[in-house]
Amino acid sequence: MAAEAQEATTDNAGAAAPLKTPLHARHVALGARMVPFAGYDMPVQYPTGILTEHNWTREKAGLFDVSHMGQAFLVGPDHETTAKALEALIPADIVNLAPGKQRYSQLLNEEGGILDDLMVTRSSDPDEDGALYLVVNAACKDADYAHIEARLPANVKLIRAEHRGLIALQGPGAEAALAAIGPDAAEMGFMTSRTMKVAGIKANVSRSGYTGEDGYEISAAATKIGEIWDTLLLDANVKPIGLGARDSLRLEAGLCLYGHDIDTTTSPIEAGLIWSIQKRRREEGGFPGAARIQRELAEGASRVRVGLLPEGRAPAREGTEIATPEGEVVGTVTSGGFGPTLNGPCAMGYVATAHSAAGTKLNLIVRGKPLPAVVAPMPFVPNGYKR
Amino acid sequence: MAETRYTKDHEYIRIEGDTGTVGISDYAQGQLGDVVFVELPEIGKALSKGGEAAVVESVKAASEVYAPVSGEVTAVNAELESAPGTVNEDPAGKGWFLKIKIADAAELDGLMNEAEYQNYVKTL
Repeated sequence: MAAEAQEATTDNAGAAAPLKTPLHARHVALGARMVPFAGYDMPVQYPTGILTEHNWTREKAGLFDVSHMGQAFLVGPDHETTAKALEALIPADIVNLAPGKQRYSQLLNEEGGILDDLMVTRSSDPDEDGALYLVVNAACKDADYAHIEARLPANVKLIRAEHRGLIALQGPGAEAALAAIGPDAAEMGFMTSRTMKVAGIKANVSRSGYTGEDGYEISAAATKIGEIWDTLLLDANVKPIGLGARDSLRLEAGLCLYGHDIDTTTSPIEAGLIWSIQKRRREEGGFPGAARIQRELAEGASRVRVGLLPEGRAPAREGTEIATPEGEVVGTVTSGGFGPTLNGPCAMGYVATAHSAAGTKLNLIVRGKPLPAVVAPMPFVPNGYKR
Repeated sequence: MAETRYTKDHEYIRIEGDTGTVGISDYAQGQLGDVVFVELPEIGKALSKGGEAAVVESVKAASEVYAPVSGEVTAVNAELESAPGTVNEDPAGKGWFLKIKIADAAELDGLMNEAEYQNYVKTL
């Protein structure tokens, strides 16, 4: 027996001794299976396994260590100055982002390809006007920071928040679990952020996540994040969840994984992320690759990211060719696996636009054999966001 | 009394006369995690030692299962199609993959017995 596909959750970005998050010893004590991921030694699963962890998150509340992700502040003299500096690098409208609001966006290269995707938050605190909080992917963070710093005006600085941890609490039970130790959490809307005390510790909390469920991401000092983690785990509805279930949850939610579903060759339009480019930016441009993106907005992209539901139970993994029933290859799977909530396989990938309509029948070429599949809308599992 | 032999790739073959029942070891199922799909060969297919016999997929990845010895497939465990998790629950029993008519009993000599395999797993 031998592994055929590289484990979907393993990105060996760092060949040197892996880094450890502030929660590393807790994962080991919980019996997690640790794997190298983006240069960090991370829990891929705890003893109960990925299926159980996935289902627990959909039904109760899952707690994830995402401290490997890059946290940074962009700090300028006032909001407009900082926002404009960032708008020169990403296609989202940040100037009109209200205090305490969060947006998803992408760092773009000059060709409109995606260097990384990120979350941008404007502080709700008037004293922090001019500061934006960024969360970027672990594997990309050093390159992202260098890219950003090289393009900032002199009066805007990037400050790496290296001494912070980040955890995510996700699932229908997340609100009750967090509100019990940080009452302000219950009042927050989706994609908003505020500074609050959680278990008596100062934390930056946003109502967002990467599972398709309602939930929060909680950032606090690296020396204190463990206390919040421990306190949340005292709640019988909260269990620790590894990167394996994080991947199956986000796949069912139709969310992109950088380096797989989006990369430097894909544009936000091809990736189906038009919603993340607000009207003013579409019209005005002024971000890297704007010419390509405005052309794709006007004329359509030649290929697009679609959801795919294979017939039967065989999963189609990343790299699987997508063909028409006549045998013409029209695309490639970029993420694929088994959806525990769906109780069946699901995948996403890029196909030529002519074959992208929901309901289109295509074949996925798995181990040399055509596996019938149908183009399906995403998310595959309805999301539970708190609107 | 049936004897079980193991490969370094964690397949087992339980030998009863000239028939062998093939599956994956308890260690292998633990490493794979939750099995969600098993692809089995056609009955009558000729397998060669070390060649692909089946595919087992966990939530995370697909893995090949190799034939411990050469021979013809005489039966497959169709129950695994609807209940692939049986591989996790009872790998040595109800979680078997296929039965093979052993073409050359001498090929069994190169495989590990139970004690040798358990020692091998400890080194991993």
